[in-house]
Amino acid sequence: MCLLKKINALEPLWWSLFGAGGMVAAFLLPAHIFIQGIAIPLGWVSPDMFNYSSLIGIVGNPIVKIYLFFMIILPLYHAAHRIRLTLEDLRIEWLNHILPLIFYGGATGLTVVTLIVLIRI
Amino acid sequence: MGEEITLNITRYNPDKDGKYTTQRYSIPYKNDWSILDALNYVKAELDGSLTYRWSCRMAVCGSCGMMVNGTPRLTCSTYLNEFYPKEITIEPLANFPVIRDLVVDINDFMAKLKSAKPWIIRKNKRDEDDTSKEYLQTTGQMDKYYQQTLCINCTLCYAACPVYGLHPDFLGPAVIALGHRYNKDSRDEGKADRREVLASEHGVWKCTVVGDCTEVCPKHVDPSAAIQRTKVDSAINWFFSFLTGRK
Repeated sequence: MCLLKKINALEPLWWSLFGAGGMVAAFLLPAHIFIQGIAIPLGWVSPDMFNYSSLIGIVGNPIVKIYLFFMIILPLYHAAHRIRLTLEDLRIEWLNHILPLIFYGGATGLTVVTLIVLIRI
Repeated sequence: MGEEITLNITRYNPDKDGKYTTQRYSIPYKNDWSILDALNYVKAELDGSLTYRWSCRMAVCGSCGMMVNGTPRLTCSTYLNEFYPKEITIEPLANFPVIRDLVVDINDFMAKLKSAKPWIIRKNKRDEDDTSKEYLQTTGQMDKYYQQTLCINCTLCYAACPVYGLHPDFLGPAVIALGHRYNKDSRDEGKADRREVLASEHGVWKCTVVGDCTEVCPKHVDPSAAIQRTKVDSAINWFFSFLTGRK
């Protein structure tokens, strides 16, 4: 379980990502959910402002890409850390050995996917 | 006969049968009695064999912590009138081995407390012995750690902490709060000495921010916040040593 030891030794890193992700999830995500998930579909804002071509133009901006990158990946690590700790409290020995791998590995995998998608836009 | 209240008290005597039993005692209800007063009444009038720990009766010594209806409380500052006319269940503090009846063994806590070096450490050891030297502090400097100085080592936070219950190796709320207290003291230079204990695998990183320690703390030390602040300090140090290669 050498890999597991290495993952556990990175605890300060996972916790920092968890903390940063918590901030993003608490402050930024609700605004995005409100604008993209509620306000636009319900027509509360002018559809002209948020049509495909204007949005793709915004997302194509490198600064927006960097913003989106962190806005997407930080909550992933937040969720990974929180779910891992919650499941660990169930005290299932064999499960605890693979939890860090599954969750931090999963979040890191999705980080790579996010990076690829953003670069290709 | 005046009003009465019923106490359900956990009994345990390793010399007798070593079994946990619950004994019911009906005692006179007095509006101004604390639970400790009620226990003293039981011991004096009903059952001299009842064993519990207490000393100051004024929430300073931290000896009389017990589980009162499932919550860790100081029995000297918990009053019967909070529960009357309902029955009160009194058990030994959770998460600790029981010595007898309501007395728990806190040796594990004491050893962990010492490991966090909760005293002022100076790089120049001669400073520690030199009593003639003055170390002036501003109110602002004192404010940084004052809250944590109020800890009375009553271990209620350990009885409340589910992480300590699951992982007995966890350093625990009060020890980390007291380590934090000295780390934040402007007279102290021992942060690095404490780091290997506080930032270890069994230190701050085990905490999952349940926050029950802060809820039950009778002195409002807020161990949970102290742990999170220590996490921030440890994380910054970790990144710094990662980048510079310094241990």
